[in-house]
Amino acid sequence: MIELDNVAYNYGAGDLLSGVSLALAPGSFHFLTGPSGAGKTTLLKLCSMHLVPTTGQTRVFERDVADMSRDDVARARRRIGVVHQDCQFLDHLPLAENIALPLVVAGADAAAEAGNIGELLAWVGLGHQAGAYPPELSGGERQRAALARAVVMSPDVILADEPTGNVDWEMSQRLLQLLVELNRMGKAVIVATHDLNLIRAAKAQVAARTLRLKGGALELAGADL
Amino acid sequence: MSVLTRLTDMLDGLGDGGDRIVPPTGFTARLTLFTSAAMAFLAVFALALSLSAGRLADRWEDALARTATVRISAAPEQIEAQVARTLEVLAQTTGVVSARRQTDEERRALLAPWFGPDLPLETLPVPELIEVVETAEGFDAEGLRLRLAAEVPGAVLDDHTRWRRPLVQAADRLRLLGLFSIALIGATTAAMIALAAQASLSANRRVIEVLRLIGARDVFIARAFVRRFTRRAMIGAAGGVLLGMGAVALLPGMDDAGGFLTGLGFRGAGWLWPLVLPPLAGLVAFAATRFAALRTLKDLS
Repeated sequence: MIELDNVAYNYGAGDLLSGVSLALAPGSFHFLTGPSGAGKTTLLKLCSMHLVPTTGQTRVFERDVADMSRDDVARARRRIGVVHQDCQFLDHLPLAENIALPLVVAGADAAAEAGNIGELLAWVGLGHQAGAYPPELSGGERQRAALARAVVMSPDVILADEPTGNVDWEMSQRLLQLLVELNRMGKAVIVATHDLNLIRAAKAQVAARTLRLKGGALELAGADL
Repeated sequence: MSVLTRLTDMLDGLGDGGDRIVPPTGFTARLTLFTSAAMAFLAVFALALSLSAGRLADRWEDALARTATVRISAAPEQIEAQVARTLEVLAQTTGVVSARRQTDEERRALLAPWFGPDLPLETLPVPELIEVVETAEGFDAEGLRLRLAAEVPGAVLDDHTRWRRPLVQAADRLRLLGLFSIALIGATTAAMIALAAQASLSANRRVIEVLRLIGARDVFIARAFVRRFTRRAMIGAAGGVLLGMGAVALLPGMDDAGGFLTGLGFRGAGWLWPLVLPPLAGLVAFAATRFAALRTLKDLS
């Protein structure tokens, strides 16, 4: 579904990533780890087509991103759910409308989907917060809301960047559980995290591969995790 | 909170789901509303100027095109004979419908603006005037002029062409100037709204990032801004047009003494013309915002 082939990326001062190859197959679960600044977020942004590789090729849903128009990229992004570290929401819209936003963008009748939005919010434990505005939510609630929005279009791939970065252990377990549930539905999931305990906890529930970014290169992490 | 702020917030609340994705506040909302209102107000006056100039040009064209004047200056003992001879010549001229000597009252009225109403014409060497009405085809002015010169030495034919043409040209140009002003006002409105839209897009960069994250196409994002700016421009222009029409209605009415200036305004169905301005402002805002939004979104990638 998403393939990076010998990809390099730099922000102008040397390659942050170089020679990175990765393939996300349907139903796969990957953890992406590495120290801060190693390029985890950059790698996820390459996968979501928010960045274009300096060299190498990105293929998304079997199409070379370099050959895709801006509209094609936008349409392809609807099949990729992204959970950001800083949970980007429109603060002037209530939570339910934020969650429904991808439906509005895709031209669906958001009003007709209201029931589904309610179920989705209940699934992430925010059924009682539908009318709340994002700034009124706690860090954990925002992370779960971001996950709800990421899956509202039933995407094929979930990209989660430090989804448990701002929450306590109990909440991170709850989020992990939700990601595992999505993976069991056949979604490809990749989670960037530096939380090794989370990875260890996940491995008890799902067959996940752990990749480590080191010196700009991507390697398969061993049993030391 | 200012009245303008409350008004823009209220207007933005009228939008449907599509444009609610743009936060409802910001100086660009007030700027667009104010600019549209001010420009529409000015456009009403430009329109009034253009229509009035058009009426004036038509009037001069129609009223003066088929008339001429013969002026007779002669010694008092010869004046009656020359007037009579002139009337005979005119009666024989092809293309003349009628010829009539102006009365003392009419000549006095012509001079009244300069000398007052009680001018003693008999004590002044004021020429006699014969008013000539032509057929639609008109007469041979040059031929008539030569015949009068030969038979009535004190008569001079004035067919109005010499001074009518520059007046009609001036009025026509004034009409064009009015239309050009409206075009200029439209272009200025477009530029201001495009700038406001660009500022709004830059200020809402985070909103755009969120929308792109969830797969919004540039057209979708642009549409949200376009709707909002178009609505603000139309409503602002409607307010400006109402104020402008009120101001035009309060201008002094047309009278003979005031001439063109007091005739500035709308008449009859002409009052409907300003109502075209709000939709036109909406159209201008739509095009300007769409162009600015799509260009800015491309630059923001």
